[in-house]
Amino acid sequence: MEVLVCVKRVPMVGGKIVLTADGQEVDTRMAGFTISPHEECAVEEAIQITERLGGAVSVLTLGSEAAVDQLRDCLALGASRAVLLETDGTEFGPIATAEAIAGEVRQRADTGPAYDLVLLGNEAADTGDYQVGVRLAHLLGWPVTTGIKALDVGGGDAGGIAMRARRQYQGADEAYELALPAVVTVKEGINLPRYPSLPGRLRARRAQIERRPVRWQPEGLRKQGLRVPATARQQSTVLGTGVTAVPALVGVLEELGVL
Amino acid sequence: MSDAPEHASAVIIGAGIVGNSLAYHLARLGWRDLVLADKGPMPNPGGSTGHASNFIFPIEYSKMMMELTRDSTEQYQALGVFTESGGIEVARTAERMEELRRRCTQAKAWGIPAEVVTPERVRELVPFLDAGVILGGGYFPTVGVVDSLRAGTLMREQAQQLGALTVLAGAEVLGIDTVADGVRPRVCGVRTSAGRIETDHVVICCGVWSPRIAQMAGARLPLTPIVHQMISVGPIALFTGTPGEISYPIVRDVDENMYERQHGGDMEVGSYAHRPIIVAPDEIPSIEEAALSPTELPFTSDDFDPQLERALELMPELLGDEGAGIRYAINGLISMTPDGHPLLGENPEVAGLWSAAASWIKEGPGCGRAVAELMSGRVPTVDVHEADVARFWPSQRTTAHVTARARESFNKMYGIVHPAEQWESARPVRVGPFYSQQRDLGAMFFETAGWERPFWYASNETLLERYQGRLMPRSAEWESRWWSPIINAEHLAMRDACGLVDLSAFAILEVCGPGALDALQQIALAQMDVPTGRVVYTPFLDEEGGFRADLTIMRLGAERFRVVTGAATGMSDAKWIADHLPADGSAVLADLTSSWTTLGLWGPAARDVLAEVTSDDVSHAGFAFGSCREIEAGGVTVLASRISYVGELGWELYLPMEQGAVLWDALRQAGRPHGLVPVGIGVYGTTGRLEKGYRAFGAELTPDYNVVEAGMARPKVKAQDFSGKKAYLRQREGAPAATLCTLTVDDHASSDGTLRYMLGGEPILTPGGERITDQLGRPSYVTSAGSGPSVGKHLLMAYLPPEHARLGGRLAVEYMGERYPATVAVTGAIPLFDPGNSRIRS
Repeated sequence: MEVLVCVKRVPMVGGKIVLTADGQEVDTRMAGFTISPHEECAVEEAIQITERLGGAVSVLTLGSEAAVDQLRDCLALGASRAVLLETDGTEFGPIATAEAIAGEVRQRADTGPAYDLVLLGNEAADTGDYQVGVRLAHLLGWPVTTGIKALDVGGGDAGGIAMRARRQYQGADEAYELALPAVVTVKEGINLPRYPSLPGRLRARRAQIERRPVRWQPEGLRKQGLRVPATARQQSTVLGTGVTAVPALVGVLEELGVL
Repeated sequence: MSDAPEHASAVIIGAGIVGNSLAYHLARLGWRDLVLADKGPMPNPGGSTGHASNFIFPIEYSKMMMELTRDSTEQYQALGVFTESGGIEVARTAERMEELRRRCTQAKAWGIPAEVVTPERVRELVPFLDAGVILGGGYFPTVGVVDSLRAGTLMREQAQQLGALTVLAGAEVLGIDTVADGVRPRVCGVRTSAGRIETDHVVICCGVWSPRIAQMAGARLPLTPIVHQMISVGPIALFTGTPGEISYPIVRDVDENMYERQHGGDMEVGSYAHRPIIVAPDEIPSIEEAALSPTELPFTSDDFDPQLERALELMPELLGDEGAGIRYAINGLISMTPDGHPLLGENPEVAGLWSAAASWIKEGPGCGRAVAELMSGRVPTVDVHEADVARFWPSQRTTAHVTARARESFNKMYGIVHPAEQWESARPVRVGPFYSQQRDLGAMFFETAGWERPFWYASNETLLERYQGRLMPRSAEWESRWWSPIINAEHLAMRDACGLVDLSAFAILEVCGPGALDALQQIALAQMDVPTGRVVYTPFLDEEGGFRADLTIMRLGAERFRVVTGAATGMSDAKWIADHLPADGSAVLADLTSSWTTLGLWGPAARDVLAEVTSDDVSHAGFAFGSCREIEAGGVTVLASRISYVGELGWELYLPMEQGAVLWDALRQAGRPHGLVPVGIGVYGTTGRLEKGYRAFGAELTPDYNVVEAGMARPKVKAQDFSGKKAYLRQREGAPAATLCTLTVDDHASSDGTLRYMLGGEPILTPGGERITDQLGRPSYVTSAGSGPSVGKHLLMAYLPPEHARLGGRLAVEYMGERYPATVAVTGAIPLFDPGNSRIRS
């Protein structure tokens, strides 16, 4: 199985987001960077699939040189190939992003081995457009399911590898069967992502990153600026103090379904 | 979030380990109506305590830090939060093995269990270490870990249970109000997001935020936040099923500036090896902005990658397990100061503004206790003068200085620190008026309190031939470092003819006014009502009779006194004096350090040299020892003071800073036919004074030993009251439990034949190798060591109990793990060289 996971470098923010003075960007001077939680799960899913079925995981990102950090993080987890679609830092919209990724998938099909499966996070943690996976599948002519919480890749009907994908939507469970190649966007909760090992990290450090330039294209939407909406103060309820709080605590844990 | 009370006896800002400890100790000492405020939540408001690695090694380079650690450990143990695990510092290099031998010997001097162990023994203790990459280790069995958050909580709650403390969590300090009060402003209140609190005492226990808070009151705290990276790797297969938090000794991979400690099922790996990353206090994110906490900043993996390799080398199977993931990684923020010591005590700039900052977990409770004691007007249990927040000169409190020194010392966190180690960064910062002449003479400059002072002069190499055979050369690398046989040659040249010493670094403080005599009378042990023109050498004692300072005071007029003290203690001494001046302003203190420079002129030919440049009467009859007066020398008006720290005939010459170079040149010119030689502080501070047995503050003179034991009791005690008088009178009754002695080393040959020379701090033992302690439990160790070229012996000073303080007594000193025979050459204060003091009084 050749699996491609697409990730995006996003700032790791706390409860309060600070903007730059011009209101155009998140102030990231004291922020770290990561990939979105959905994408962490996508990477983990890809690695688990190849651990079961053999093959390799490639990870791709569209971004500036700084995004190489995120590629190396994914390599440390078990991805074996990393591609940077290198921009000058200008934000790409979902259309251009999907086109760039589609170009990479097609090019790879020419030089081989072709990707069987492309995984993405359901939406990026910062822009939250929800579009790239769907647009990508459309460009490639592949089937796509989104918001997936369970993925089962194995032998299918008529001898080809098939895939079952499950998700919850408005209180109902939906199950899909897709033929490969396909695009799937996954949601956090589909698995528990692993942490990188020390040897994994050191391998990632030494790995080669493939770089390809991409052209920015304008799209219908143009960012005017960012605004941090007022958040309602969180309400916390004191369950009790000391031993007397135990019954209430047990009740909450039961409600959450962890007991 | 509760509202703040309107009034508090003290407002403690910061609920980390130090703030909590301080609240508890203040309550224990009887304080009530205390407020502890933190902008964060309890029990972990988000400061350095919250993510600390929480382990404690008992051995330190500094005695004070060792004692603070010891006190803190006892407090943690009493709170039931200490788990002993043992700890090993592993050596990857031969230099480190030698350092471990020295370190274990030092530990022995202080009664800390320690032994140098083989790689095989290391592997027995820590089975997952690859013994092949190490040469051995230093094993410290009493190392342990603590739950510092729990300790802080328990201490805070105990203060609350005493009804002494209101805790304001989530209350941010917005400002500190002050009122004018004479020389400096005084604290009168704190404005918080929970309201304003009127108070006379504010204590800054804010760790990395401390400079920001201090600035609100108009004070500069020389502290900088700096990053220290740590990761946590797990689950570690070997650790599953081990009980509790830790079952294996902590490993300090000191040559790599790293440590590894078990924490439950994980291995925590920390590093001081990465590039220094300074974060300004104003850049620290707020609790809301931070992804984890304000002091747990995002991890920069590039900076840590080399350390991953080092850690894997040392623990290949444990950390190389693909199933063990890096599940926590931060750029943690910690506080650093220019000299690595905490900031404790009242800030000199604002009365009532106290600091208890820049403390590690291992000193936290001890720092809290010490500041509580200081605030209560007591002598602290642990002598914390090296952590006095008042110790810094203005040049040391700049951001440039603090960050430069923090950067330089960061990668030396586990470095091998030589006792005479010199800084490279932020130099030169203070230079005397003879600096360019000294450079031309090839001065080897050492820094003290920012001053560049020549320690010896390369141009005096020519003296080496003259004094061949008497130079006591050193062949071992360690004691030859930051040393030269030129020092001993300069010493001999001074004692043969005359030496010229640059003393510009002296702190010069004048106390003037109608109340000056009474004020100094109260502060000093010696009689201060002397005639104008008399020089008084005196200690200052604290209320328990312990040494607080050791300096000279010249009476320059009925209402004018000049206090002269060393650069290192100048600012602390100034604060001590200022704190004891009368409230009515009848005596004022002025720091004239930058106005006056000082030259020392000593040796048998000193009078001849001085007579060449002055027509004033400098004969023995005309200028008595211990007197001072103005003369004209080299065309400059000079205050000449006939005293000597090297035990020779001569003077300290005080003159305006801007004229220093003129007199230097005049004296050098005039001195040439008399054999005048410029000599460095090596002679002034190490050789000369040891031969004369002159005690140094901080070495021989510490609160550990009293005036009588130090051999400095005078025949009479003045009738006037003074600080420490009652205690001093008690000290004089009965026999002292120890006596300060001078020992000579009889045989320097080590087991491989190299001659070794002690540098100070080594334990004094019986010839059989047993530790010597007096009836108060104080261990004997070398307080000062150095060459005595005129007596041809290497000299050691040490306090010995009566049974060993006998002339000719045979003892031993342990150095780098080997024992060397030593003999007691002096008991008490009789100098080894020129015992009758005929030279000084000639």
